Amino acid sequence: MKEILLVGFYQPNEALSRFLSCAQQEFKIPIRYLQEYSALSTAGGIYHFRDQILSGGPEAFFIMNADVCSEFPLLEMLEFQKEHGNTHVILGTTANRKQSMNYGCIVENQDTNEKNQQDLLLEEQMNGWQRAEVIRLEQDIFTALAGRGKLYVYKTDQFWSQIKSAGSAIYASRLYLNHYRKTHPERLANNEEGRPTIRGNVYIHPTANIDPTAVLGPNVSIGTGVTIGAGVRVRESIILHGATLQDHSCVLNSIVGWDSTIGKWARVEGTPSDPNPNDPYAKIDSETLFREGKLTPSITILGCNVNIPSEVIILNAIVLPHKDLNRGFKNQIIL
Amino acid sequence: MKALILVGGYGTRLRPLTLSVPKPLVEFCNKPILLHQVEALVKAGVDHVILAVSYMSDLLEKEMKAQEQILGIKISLSHEKEPLGTGKSNAGLVFLSKLGIKISLSHEKEPLGTAGPLALARELLTDNSDPFFVLNSDVICDFPFEDMVKFHQHHGKQGTIVVTKVEEPSKYGVVVYEGESGRIHRFVEKPQVFVSNKINAGMYIFSPSVLHRIQLRPTSIEKEIFPVMAQEGHLYAMELQGFWMDIGQPKDFLTGMCMYLQSERQRSPERLRTGPGFLGNVLVDPTARIGQNCTLGPNVTIGAGVVLEDGVRIKRCTVLKGARVRSHSWLESCIIGWSCSVGQWVRMENVTVLGEDVIVNDELYLNGANVLPHKSIAESVPEPRIIM
Repeated sequence: MKEILLVGFYQPNEALSRFLSCAQQEFKIPIRYLQEYSALSTAGGIYHFRDQILSGGPEAFFIMNADVCSEFPLLEMLEFQKEHGNTHVILGTTANRKQSMNYGCIVENQDTNEKNQQDLLLEEQMNGWQRAEVIRLEQDIFTALAGRGKLYVYKTDQFWSQIKSAGSAIYASRLYLNHYRKTHPERLANNEEGRPTIRGNVYIHPTANIDPTAVLGPNVSIGTGVTIGAGVRVRESIILHGATLQDHSCVLNSIVGWDSTIGKWARVEGTPSDPNPNDPYAKIDSETLFREGKLTPSITILGCNVNIPSEVIILNAIVLPHKDLNRGFKNQIIL
Repeated sequence: MKALILVGGYGTRLRPLTLSVPKPLVEFCNKPILLHQVEALVKAGVDHVILAVSYMSDLLEKEMKAQEQILGIKISLSHEKEPLGTGKSNAGLVFLSKLGIKISLSHEKEPLGTAGPLALARELLTDNSDPFFVLNSDVICDFPFEDMVKFHQHHGKQGTIVVTKVEEPSKYGVVVYEGESGRIHRFVEKPQVFVSNKINAGMYIFSPSVLHRIQLRPTSIEKEIFPVMAQEGHLYAMELQGFWMDIGQPKDFLTGMCMYLQSERQRSPERLRTGPGFLGNVLVDPTARIGQNCTLGPNVTIGAGVVLEDGVRIKRCTVLKGARVRSHSWLESCIIGWSCSVGQWVRMENVTVLGEDVIVNDELYLNGANVLPHKSIAESVPEPRIIM
């Protein structure tokens, strides 16, 4: 890979530029953000920035949706593309019959039911693309390409999930931690003398300060500079940088935002919305936030710099940034 | 002097605790409810206590025998020769207390209400001319039995009832009486305008002649006997000083515990635990073991043989004999039944009551759960309900 371009309508801010510079340093690759002048849909931006994309004359380029997590079998896709005469390749994953109704599906030659997954490998040809400003990659481009017999699907059996809502982040985190267990076990924490008890897959940033009597996991990710006190329990959660979990607190199925504090004996708990673990083709459902006038029980999310007092319970709640709560909340969005 | 305690039925309101132990023997602040009353009665000169039981008298007998040590009662298995009443009674066992008194069970074949049991025990209650006490079994307070005797003798009529002040009289039946003498005029059920804020506290003292008014059939003393007595000028009210609570249901059991512990703070503060990790009024049995970094209180009772592991936080709870709470759990307004096991990082609140020998798995949240004995809980209970 020579260059990574992020294309979006999102107003760049300090957090994004910091991320870009960190990522460039870490991966030693140029990364740029290209901002669309208005929402151009899934292909409009590609067309608009075609000169930047094609500069340097790449032999092929990948297009990915940002809200997808996967093992990203890019090498395999590249090989597959070569085998099929350097044409266009789309990555496909199998959905179960019921959930396939929620997605655009790909009909392969062998008449199998494939879900549309946007992880596309295009060769460098954009001629013939319409000159309209808003262009939908799936409907306007793929349909035409497929009609001319120029679109191939590369099916993957590896993990794949959308991350459309904050609620799916914990599920996605589990998929990545499972993946690390196979590919980079050294990234995961182990049980050691004088270190916290680890159950299952847990990632701990080396700068985190964790009391040896804490119990973490499975599926826990602890960010930079996090402080975790004595007798703290964390399971199925993501603790973002600078957060503090005080003694005896318990965090389950939750995301704790940057620099948030959770008091002693407080309980921060959400409800997991994982896909059916017994169905290998089940995907996470993009639940609506509200159902029948009530907040759908989901994981609990604390925004940045939220302060949870001692001994309260926060259950199935979403707390916006910089909130200083003075009591417990259940099934609520705290604005 | 004698006393009759109206034990009555199954104690369904105090379920699930009363599914394992008859209500009089459930420990309130580490002492069976019955013993709170019996000890105070003995102090006032009572030497014979009659328990009026309509159900489960066999179980009560068995349990009293089993709990002989705790009750401090020496039980003799000789049946009374004389039946208590008119043949409807099943002459109970005689319990000889180490307090030097006799305890009999008077078994009703059918529920006799709040007055019928007096008729059933007529012969016992009238074998001398002393006045006798009648108590509802689930009342807890600073029992004013000696004052009752004095007050009763002073007015010289048939009956005295103890009344207590309430904040919201419109929810109760109130007693209207002369402030000076205590002579009762009438009773008003759920008054809509203010007539009085004193209610019947469920403790009476009667002269034996009151038994002429009561027949051996199901009768309500409050509705059928007292109004007539009041009309005839034979009923007086004595106002209770200090706290009072009907602890017949879990919510009130906990409120009553808070009141009792506060009163204990004034009476005998040395019985309460103090020091780091103890806040407010906390009563701990000497055989309980408490781990490191626990914080207990205010208003906590820890029973015999209870084990609290490290980092446990408990407030406003009763933990009964033999229960274990594992590390880092948080409990508020709960009653933990005998020999229960509560896992690590469990949160329980809002009048959660665990019956005997319930197991709560790690990391669960119980909100207002009412759990029947011997259950094992593997899922959180986010909203109040009964777990069968």
